[in-house]
Amino acid sequence: MSEAIPYTSHERPDTGVYNAKLGVWLFLASEVMLFGALFSSYVLLRIGAPSWPQGASLLNVPLATFNTLVLITSSVTMVMAWASLKMDNFKKFRLYLGLTILLALTFLVVKYFEYSAKFEHHLFPKTSTFLAIYFTMTGLHALHVFGGVVVNTYNLWPGTHMWEANPERFTNRIEVSGLYWHFVDLVWIFLFPVLYLL
Amino acid sequence: MSVLTQEHDIKKEIRGYILVFVVLGILTVITVTISRLHLPVAPAIVLALFIATIKGTLVACYFMHLISERKLIYALLIMTVIFFSGLLGLTILGYYDHLVGISRVS
Repeated sequence: MSEAIPYTSHERPDTGVYNAKLGVWLFLASEVMLFGALFSSYVLLRIGAPSWPQGASLLNVPLATFNTLVLITSSVTMVMAWASLKMDNFKKFRLYLGLTILLALTFLVVKYFEYSAKFEHHLFPKTSTFLAIYFTMTGLHALHVFGGVVVNTYNLWPGTHMWEANPERFTNRIEVSGLYWHFVDLVWIFLFPVLYLL
Repeated sequence: MSVLTQEHDIKKEIRGYILVFVVLGILTVITVTISRLHLPVAPAIVLALFIATIKGTLVACYFMHLISERKLIYALLIMTVIFFSGLLGLTILGYYDHLVGISRVS
């Protein structure tokens, strides 16, 4: 039977990868430019500023460290979800993907408390250049985390029908969802020291 | 590849994921500890970004499977690095433009 969308399960001979993987990598390349623009703005604003506050004096480093560990753990559970499918263990897949979603929600809840504490102390994006770039970068990142929760929740419930119909295609779908999720983790790995520690 | 060989390979990969996870955790603790030493700004930035780059490389190579990816993906990433460097470089050049403007006025 011919597939409606070609090369979703098998590699395309000329590119060597299945189409979804190439598509997601291209999307991630555009995401690098999006966050790259914000990182460049941060550098320009910082080197041009007469003084710049140390992140730790305004932000909650222990909470952010906890969130860093949460995201790193979620990256491991995400890759383990994919590995479980590779080993044909659907139960473990559900467990690991469920944990990934739970950890992502934990990250967002912690972020909510962090933002609330800032607002309570009358610290808003308009307060200073540092806070403007802090809220913009972490806010955009949090939106990406939320996007990951939506995609993974779909993969955990309605999307699982594909596992019965076409397990290889479903495994590939989890792999590319994972690529996105690891990218979100990667962005945070740079955001954490740049905003909180330097 | 037989199912057994594939399962063996995946189990080997899982051991790698756990190891990378432990290293990422340790590097996070090291980053926070170094920030508490209150080093001068320049070495502090270099050190923090160096550790972040190691962590990012580990995530990309192992979790995103870049260590065993196809040439096309590498080519795509090289293009991304070039454009990202251009973006960063042009922004910094913009800062020097501003300085030239100031010296002309004065």
